Amino acid sequence: MELSGAEIVVQCLKDEGVEYIFGYPGGSVLHIYDALFQQDDIKHILVRHEQGATHAADGYARSTGRPGVVLVTSGPGATNAVTGIATAYMDSIPMVVLTGQVPLPVIGSDAFQECDTVGITRPCVKHNFLVKDVHKLAETIRKAFYIATTGRPGPVVVDIPKDITTPTIKIPYEYPRSISLRSYNPSVKGHRWQIKKAVELLMSAKRPMIYSGGGIILGNASVQLIELTRLLGYPITNTLMGLGAYPGTDRQFIGMLGMHGTYEANMAMHECDVLFAAGARFDDRVTGKIPEFCPHAKIIHVDVDPASISKNVRVDIPVVGELGPVLDDMIEIVKASEKKPNQEALSEWWERIARWQALDCLQYDRGASVIKPQYVVEQLYDLTRGEAFITSDVGQHQMWAAQFYKFDKPRRWINSGGLGTMGFGLPAAIGVKLAHPDADVACVTGEASIQMCIQELATALQYRTPVKLVNLNNGYMGMVRQWQEFSYESRYSHSYLETIPDFVKLAESYGHVGMLIDKPSDVRPALEEAFKLKDRTVFMDFLTDPTENVYPMIEAGKAHHEMRLAPGVSTDTELA
Amino acid sequence: MRHIISILIENESGALSRVSGLFSARGYNIESLTVAPTEDASLSRMTLVTIGSDEIIEQITKQLNKLIDVVKLIDLSESSHIERELMLVKVRAANGTREEVKRLTDIFRGRIIDVTPSSYVIEVTGEKSKLDAFLHALDEEAIIELVRSGTTGMLRGEKGLSL
Repeated sequence: MELSGAEIVVQCLKDEGVEYIFGYPGGSVLHIYDALFQQDDIKHILVRHEQGATHAADGYARSTGRPGVVLVTSGPGATNAVTGIATAYMDSIPMVVLTGQVPLPVIGSDAFQECDTVGITRPCVKHNFLVKDVHKLAETIRKAFYIATTGRPGPVVVDIPKDITTPTIKIPYEYPRSISLRSYNPSVKGHRWQIKKAVELLMSAKRPMIYSGGGIILGNASVQLIELTRLLGYPITNTLMGLGAYPGTDRQFIGMLGMHGTYEANMAMHECDVLFAAGARFDDRVTGKIPEFCPHAKIIHVDVDPASISKNVRVDIPVVGELGPVLDDMIEIVKASEKKPNQEALSEWWERIARWQALDCLQYDRGASVIKPQYVVEQLYDLTRGEAFITSDVGQHQMWAAQFYKFDKPRRWINSGGLGTMGFGLPAAIGVKLAHPDADVACVTGEASIQMCIQELATALQYRTPVKLVNLNNGYMGMVRQWQEFSYESRYSHSYLETIPDFVKLAESYGHVGMLIDKPSDVRPALEEAFKLKDRTVFMDFLTDPTENVYPMIEAGKAHHEMRLAPGVSTDTELA
Repeated sequence: MRHIISILIENESGALSRVSGLFSARGYNIESLTVAPTEDASLSRMTLVTIGSDEIIEQITKQLNKLIDVVKLIDLSESSHIERELMLVKVRAANGTREEVKRLTDIFRGRIIDVTPSSYVIEVTGEKSKLDAFLHALDEEAIIELVRSGTTGMLRGEKGLSL
């Protein structure tokens, strides 16, 4: 088969089994767009801004486990995509981003729409390529998918100069069936001896704690995590990225941990004697003050990425390996072991945890006359029976969604955890809905975040991806306002949005349904009505309490046992 | 502590900037960095001298290994090794000081490789500390120009860094 470079790009995507490609055309990718036009297998989703393309591909990837694919032009097309690439990089999301580049002979001449895409994206990709020879095009794309999806996943950029895709130059095409790179061996099996030692330590614990993160979801190891946790009977917490890896409604689950984690999860972290970290990376939002992190605990850490181990916190037993197989080994060793966990110590530990749980740290004023944002998320959870895919933007609403929507399954909670990218939620929801057309998809957002990618409402109409937007509108950049209240004596420097569009009219002008909800009693009926409109995108603008804060909160630089629990209440007052 | 990390890396354009970019992005120190092709044209050999605590060096080697283009690396300072650096110094050498500079060069087993009536270019090879000592011995005022290659090195014995 003889194909042009442009046709090779499209054929490679077909051979990779790519279903959707998210993109925006421009000069340098016109040959590729022409090749796309002449086929029907790959569906192209035209976004309204390249950032939206990357987030939509990201949402598709997070909800399916398959790589998201993006196609953008050179220069501004590539730079607009950078935020989305960095978002995917921080959360280890498999993505292949094809960027157009000016023709090879003019690279370096400051040509129109030229930028050093490989240079600009280098710090925020797993790897990137500049294709300099059409004969290496197929192999490079194959490598890109291989690198993006194996080991610790991540985004890979392939920069393709326009002359590489010239329609008139045809070369024989064959997609490489397998690929191996001498410098990259992603598949690692955990060291059996280390795993044995890890299990021994775990079984000897009196106050054990399991702390699992996004790595469980990326590694599709949720089933194994559940089996091991139930087998041991230990308490478990998930990170923001790990929510859903262990069922949120299970009795062994004691909530999310970290800056806005539950009182019981953070206290259990502080008091545990053995910590088992599985696919988590000891992020600063999780650890708090490092010198006081789990001060009594020996730490076991399983991760596919050796660089994650002992990066922020020294661990006692490291295991480098893919989560699924390592957890399989651990289950097998636990089952075969004659030694069992110390049940007496364990029940004492659970009693202590129950006392922490009794504090009911997520309580809020249910009798308020204004809409409490937590109430909206609770009702959303109840109405969708916890089965919806929930995307979010970044800020207070994100934390309330994480706290109040109990995810029982992996890949249902789609949010930008590492980079914290406002504007992520709506395009991500479109990507999720394309992948799961029959599922309910909601985007929990805020009036500040949503405006950062609001233009994708047009995309949602064009491709009939009916998502439900739950806008928790408090008039402020809520999380910024909260920090200013706590740390800057309520000097609300530029966190108040004096002018906010009429979201109902805005939604309508984009061809969607808009709803304004300003009374607590209208919350449930509005949600019900919105979700009944199966084939419509609905923008629900909830006017919520502008003064509400997210609790508990560990302020930056504090330790797990130093939490603000409610206005004027911290762990010091509570424990005294 | 000072560590010498020897790296085999794919001889691809941009490979060097992946390494230097990693160091600047993560705030690691680079004391010197040398890079050149090896007997295998597809591979470059890089020698990187850095300073850091054991924890930092561990992270540096892990992060370097994580780069897709890095094929193999070793920390030379962990084993018995040889290190060498090449230095060229252009010094003022007029009538009164010519003999003294020549003698000093001989003592350090250096070579004078360019001569004019008023200057020498001296080549000295050795460990970093030897080159430092030579410079210390020279009259600072006499130095017109100085260039150093950065440290390079390999393991002693028959074991080598290869694929």
